[in-house]
Amino acid sequence: MIDRDQIVSEEELSAYSDGELPAERRSAVEAWLATHPDDAAKVAAWRKLGDLVRMRYGTVAEETPPARLDVGRLTRRRHGTMVAAMAAAVIAAFLVGGVAGWTARGVEAAAPSDLATFTSDALDAYRLYVVEVRHPVEVPGDQRPHLVEWLSKRVGSPLRAPELDKMGLKLVGGRLLPGPTGATAFFMYEGPSGERFTLYCGRTSDQESALRYTAGEQNAAYYWVDQNLFYVLSGPAEQSKLHDIAQTAYDQIDQHATLQGG
Amino acid sequence: MSEFGERVQAAIPALRRYARALTRDAETADDIVQDTLVRALRSEHLFHGGDTRAWLYTILTNLNRNRLRSLARRPVLTPIKDGDAATNGPDSGGRDISRALDELAEDQRSALLLVVLEGLTYREVAEVQGVPIGTVMSRLARARDQIRAYLDGERPALRRVK
Repeated sequence: MIDRDQIVSEEELSAYSDGELPAERRSAVEAWLATHPDDAAKVAAWRKLGDLVRMRYGTVAEETPPARLDVGRLTRRRHGTMVAAMAAAVIAAFLVGGVAGWTARGVEAAAPSDLATFTSDALDAYRLYVVEVRHPVEVPGDQRPHLVEWLSKRVGSPLRAPELDKMGLKLVGGRLLPGPTGATAFFMYEGPSGERFTLYCGRTSDQESALRYTAGEQNAAYYWVDQNLFYVLSGPAEQSKLHDIAQTAYDQIDQHATLQGG
Repeated sequence: MSEFGERVQAAIPALRRYARALTRDAETADDIVQDTLVRALRSEHLFHGGDTRAWLYTILTNLNRNRLRSLARRPVLTPIKDGDAATNGPDSGGRDISRALDELAEDQRSALLLVVLEGLTYREVAEVQGVPIGTVMSRLARARDQIRAYLDGERPALRRVK
């Protein structure tokens, strides 16, 4: 028997209007609605609301999606980026002239799946944190020795936050991030007009490599591997400026490693 | 294209529809869909069967939540324009529903859209949002109540700039 006086909750009414109510409660709710015009009006309004939403947005699914959302294209572009990276690596090898101990083996390592993940994660982190106004970093740049010591300990390898003051970039600070191979260090720098660059750094077993470049629509990155650490320097997509910064960071890190005796 | 790729491709129109309603901005919506696709294609090895579409909705919902979190800490300047109607088209009903959606908390908005626009069951929405079904139901009820109140005219007074 249906208990007409059993109170019907808002949730049940909602479930009823979505056809999600179990069959055994449906008639109870219908009986309730017959004697509670306010709730009946509510359910009618909810259904109308569903219609409004579908009327307003339903047609989006009939549009032809833009080309940038094509799966085939996105998959090809991932391969395309790697090919471009290999080409860039070859060019960079001539430009940098063997600074990084470039060998023929390095060429084979120029299309690693690991680095593609690192770079993409680094760019994600870049996009996520450069927009931060109040909390861009965990440890501010004025505590540089503490920051570097802490991140080195967590990453498990001596790190260095490059000095980019000569290029007009001040160290905002850094934070610890999860990366594909574990703890990853993230340093943020800021230029005079507020433009931000980040250096993402973690452990890898990949071969050493020269600088490589990859660019999205608004952001770009140079990435390389040195002494079992990969580095991704990300910033606004302005290649020459980004290259100068990456080259400076690369040289300092390389020199640092050499001084330490590798 | 792999079978997985084909299933992802087939979901794109629905993902765009959901993202458009979720963000109420065509460009932002397609950006999020693109991020969703890139992540899904990159993480294919993490996907162990199940419903591809529900998984894509999950990624998209999370990405949008992250986006809003980073926006929340940033001052947003919204210009108040008299010519608003011209940019949004003459369909004032459409403007009303999209403004009503604006009023909702993100989790309520996404629950409501997944149900009424995307036709997911409560159980599927619970999986997408990572919460119990009861939570989905109360989110829906609150979302509906709020929108109904808004459309019934309990809307906040519109500011006018003279």
